[in-house]
Amino acid sequence: MRNYFAITNRELKSYFVSPIAYVVIALFVLITAIFFYLIISNFVQLSFRYTMQAQYYRMAPPKLNVNSMAIRPLLHNISLFALFWLPLLTMRLFAEEKKSGTIELLFTSPVKTIQMVLAKFTASSILFAVMLVLTFFYIISLFFFGNPELGPILSGYLGLLLIGMSYIAFGLFFSSITDNQIIAAVATFAFILFFWAIGWMSGFVSPGAGAFLEKLSLINHFDDFAKGVIDSGNVIYYLSFTFFGIFLTYISLESKKWRL
Amino acid sequence: MIEVKNLTRYFGQKPAIQDITFNVEKGEVLGFLGPNAAGKTTTMRILTCFIPATSGTAKVAGFDVFEQSMDVRKHIGYLPENPPLYLEMTVESYLKFVGKIKGVDSKNMKKQVDKVMDLANIENVRSTIIGKLSKGYRQRVGLAQALVHDPEVLILDEPTAGLDPKQIIDVRKLIKNLGGERTVILSTHILPEASQTCSRIVIINEGRVVAEDSPENLMRRLQGNEKIYVEVAGPEEAVANELQGLDSVASVAREKETNGKIAFIVESIPNRDIRAELAKTIVQKGWGLFEMRPIGMSLEDVFLRLTTKEEEVLYS
Repeated sequence: MRNYFAITNRELKSYFVSPIAYVVIALFVLITAIFFYLIISNFVQLSFRYTMQAQYYRMAPPKLNVNSMAIRPLLHNISLFALFWLPLLTMRLFAEEKKSGTIELLFTSPVKTIQMVLAKFTASSILFAVMLVLTFFYIISLFFFGNPELGPILSGYLGLLLIGMSYIAFGLFFSSITDNQIIAAVATFAFILFFWAIGWMSGFVSPGAGAFLEKLSLINHFDDFAKGVIDSGNVIYYLSFTFFGIFLTYISLESKKWRL
Repeated sequence: MIEVKNLTRYFGQKPAIQDITFNVEKGEVLGFLGPNAAGKTTTMRILTCFIPATSGTAKVAGFDVFEQSMDVRKHIGYLPENPPLYLEMTVESYLKFVGKIKGVDSKNMKKQVDKVMDLANIENVRSTIIGKLSKGYRQRVGLAQALVHDPEVLILDEPTAGLDPKQIIDVRKLIKNLGGERTVILSTHILPEASQTCSRIVIINEGRVVAEDSPENLMRRLQGNEKIYVEVAGPEEAVANELQGLDSVASVAREKETNGKIAFIVESIPNRDIRAELAKTIVQKGWGLFEMRPIGMSLEDVFLRLTTKEEEVLYS
């Protein structure tokens, strides 16, 4: 446990003593802010138009749902930005240690491989959670002007955290098989994007295979969270995806110590 | 303390080390001497559990490096060829981090970190970011890192690489002082370093141990046919013939002549001290004997002879 906390702590600090964390977080927050602004402006414009139309026809003004018309698309946007951002956060986790030689320190210390892997995973997940918390503040601002439902927002953020953890687990894996950070980032990005879009293929294969591919898709499981539904199947999907990434990382590191 | 038996490691089809066998006693400083790519780093990486051997066994502090790797790691301090430094950390926080993952108690942490900073002489840079330090300082931070948990066994891969001459002397002294209470293996391709700091030397070339002995013995063994420098006042030809005629003399070569004194290099047949015999012969003939001394072979020569495939000579 001590080793786990020591490494998590060091990883987090190393994000924050270099400009990496600040740049990554700041730009992530900026981009989500811009999208938030666009989506909300669009929503406000729409509601004005509908209200005017209703008045013209002497009807009751329609009730537009801010949850499904603004917050849900925003959550989807954030899940997409995370796909671009997280590989850049995870690419250094092992690749940098391999390049600089600090991996020799870790692997000759009495630290179990699994402690190392989990510590690095935790550090990146915490950083991602910080990014999410910062975007949460925009959404809270909506409570001053309307009355959105809190439930779907919270479930949406849970979904974002879970989907982010899946990205991070595979980012960790690709970082553990190379000493080149660019390769780690690109491979992670390609891999996640593939699993993101795999559901689109469902229309071109047999119905059985199509259903399977849709189940496999990273994004299909997210929509329920954004709607406010926490389905245990979806939670289990993301957790197994994460677990699998961590497992592969562990195997790829541990295999260096096997006698072949 | 360290038992290495028939250690072999292949990288693909190519053997990096083959059949390496040696022991290190407690408190010994063992020099691992060899040219670049001889297999020094590979051997050390196996001993520190960084990579496994293809075959053979190694035990450190009584624990098998393959079976009981966690126990071995607790007892080893390791300085790899490139010091494993996190460049964005300060010296002190780095040493504390290493202390933590090496299992130093939080109670003793401050004391240990202060102690090794003092030993490695880096107290003045304790709050400097490692990335801003010079190569010499980084190397010493690396050394401090290897010592922070008071390991019984220290494994140092080229510990003086990149240091300036004064720092080299300091580090050698430090290593020498560490022996006695700790068991040290250090690798180097610098011969004087090995002879100055080590009590025993293992010479390795192309992945195999070619010689193992104390620095003095290594030289003596190589001197098998000992060379003696003699300065004699007398008729050159007669002296040369007379000396050549002795049973235990292999060759006589005339070196130079100064003021009527002629210098010869006399080479003996293996393992024979011919000095008494030489003196007796010269004096009996009534020539003047002005100087006589053995010409030692430096480790450098030893090394060259060993690693230029003349080990057949050695072992014949």
